[in-house]
Amino acid sequence: MTKITDLGVVETLDGLNKKDFSSEEVVSEYLKIIESDTKLNAYIHFNREKSLSEAKKSDQRRSNNNSLPLEGLPIAIKDIFCVEGEKTSACSKMLESFVPDYESTVTSKLWQSGGIYIGKTSMDEFAMGSSNETSYFGTVTNPWSSDGNALVPGGSSGGSASAVAAKMAPVALGTDTGGSIRQPASFCGTVGIKPTYGRCSRWGIIAFASSLDQAGPITRSVKDSAVILQNMSGFDNMDSTSANINVPDFVNACSKSIKGMKIGIPKEYRLDSLSNDVQNVWESGVKWLKNAGAEVIDVTLPHTKYALPTYYIVAPAEASANLSRYDGVKYGHRSEDIKDLEDMYSQTRAEGFGEEVKRRILIGTYVLSAGYYDAYYLRAQKVRTKIVEDFNLAFNKCDAILTPTAPTGAFKIGEKNIDPVTMYMNDVFTVPASLAGLPAMSIPSGLDAKGCPLGLQLIGKAFDEETIFSIGSIIEESANFKYI
Amino acid sequence: MSLDKATLERVAYLARIKINNSEIDKMTEELNNIMKWIEELNEVDISDVEPMTGVSNMTLREREDKVTDGGYQDKIVSNAPEKIDTSFTVPKVIE
Repeated sequence: MTKITDLGVVETLDGLNKKDFSSEEVVSEYLKIIESDTKLNAYIHFNREKSLSEAKKSDQRRSNNNSLPLEGLPIAIKDIFCVEGEKTSACSKMLESFVPDYESTVTSKLWQSGGIYIGKTSMDEFAMGSSNETSYFGTVTNPWSSDGNALVPGGSSGGSASAVAAKMAPVALGTDTGGSIRQPASFCGTVGIKPTYGRCSRWGIIAFASSLDQAGPITRSVKDSAVILQNMSGFDNMDSTSANINVPDFVNACSKSIKGMKIGIPKEYRLDSLSNDVQNVWESGVKWLKNAGAEVIDVTLPHTKYALPTYYIVAPAEASANLSRYDGVKYGHRSEDIKDLEDMYSQTRAEGFGEEVKRRILIGTYVLSAGYYDAYYLRAQKVRTKIVEDFNLAFNKCDAILTPTAPTGAFKIGEKNIDPVTMYMNDVFTVPASLAGLPAMSIPSGLDAKGCPLGLQLIGKAFDEETIFSIGSIIEESANFKYI
Repeated sequence: MSLDKATLERVAYLARIKINNSEIDKMTEELNNIMKWIEELNEVDISDVEPMTGVSNMTLREREDKVTDGGYQDKIVSNAPEKIDTSFTVPKVIE
């Protein structure tokens, strides 16, 4: 018999609608496996009483025929979203004891749609990392690991991807600054979408790089992602870059034909370092889309190789400004070993931030400092313009772009955290769409030689998530990926 | 452009992050490797290119200049490491 926790978003909602089970039962089942987990460390915090009490209220609404769109559905939340009354730390010592007195817009929309908070998932500290190894609360394990071969879940939304892949949640929220939804989605064999910049409000999300940060869901099906994104999106006065644009019907888009659509294949993504496995999955993707009646064409994105270095100026620069708020005064960690105010700032920040976060704050401070601003930050801002222009030209010729999500599958814990630049290379295929603010989705499409999942990435035009939901559904159907 | 120890110390001061002497060499080397890699960007012809701060090219919204929020000082100081009533407190600044 199918277990409740085997069900995805759409299936769980169906079961709830048909009264096969109550929300209280669903939530209890998930709490049971979250509480008993000793292997993955995907969750860092949960609140049994709150989740069950919300589930009971949801069951009440349902029995009164006042059901909301996500009525009774448990949702896991990356520890970067402020959830009122629940510890929210961005997996940093700096915010270890922080309890927000307000709710992020995105989570608030989900609760108003009937979703039930099931717990906080681990992440790289302040979303800075590609393996979840920088979390203050310890490493998260990829459920695809085999005995004696513990793999990273990817990052920064590693806890979210690991939890969804392991069926410890039907859906988890992530955020994506340079690939932090898509890369872990690929590593854990899950679907993850980063919507267009401006589609989901950033209010109440702990800021990393404000011109890049976007929230999105991680699920085990394309349609599940469509349902959740539908309920997260929309204009918000509290975010100055929120887009006042109608939210289309993403679920409907999942069943649209892609006949006659043009899919671009950028030659610059054919890196020498690409493994045969990744290359093969990419070629399968091309074949599947052709079979579904799409036309596959070559496109060029000449500045692709400059996207990652551009990102490593822009993102740290914004981070150094955003994270200057952590000074030990208003909230968060304060050092006890201090002589004066100046000492309080620098000692607090030395103790509260982990190595990677410090590294990025220092890079950001350096590239913005007098004498270096023009050579680094201003130059990167201009190269970013070139990267956006590449996409604009490519999208004159095609409706979406198909690439691998990451150059490899999941790697071993500890394998790549020796040298920062090696770790940064994980995001080589995801960062360009981030810099251009474009929607992009990773769909599990095959396995590598070690039997680990590989994702394909679809990049769409700004505010055209519909097209990538349509194409993504075809990839999903053709790949027939076997979830855990 | 290479980043030397003195520059690292200056940047760490600007960022208000205390760095121990034992960390300086390793950090300088790491940051140098990153900056060296970033210098690839010098290959790009950026003459006549406008810099961009973000992708949302809309004009920032304006609203009527009136108070729309406030009145919850207790909430605001609730996460303070140290406070007196509804004020944040810090080590003595003026003797």
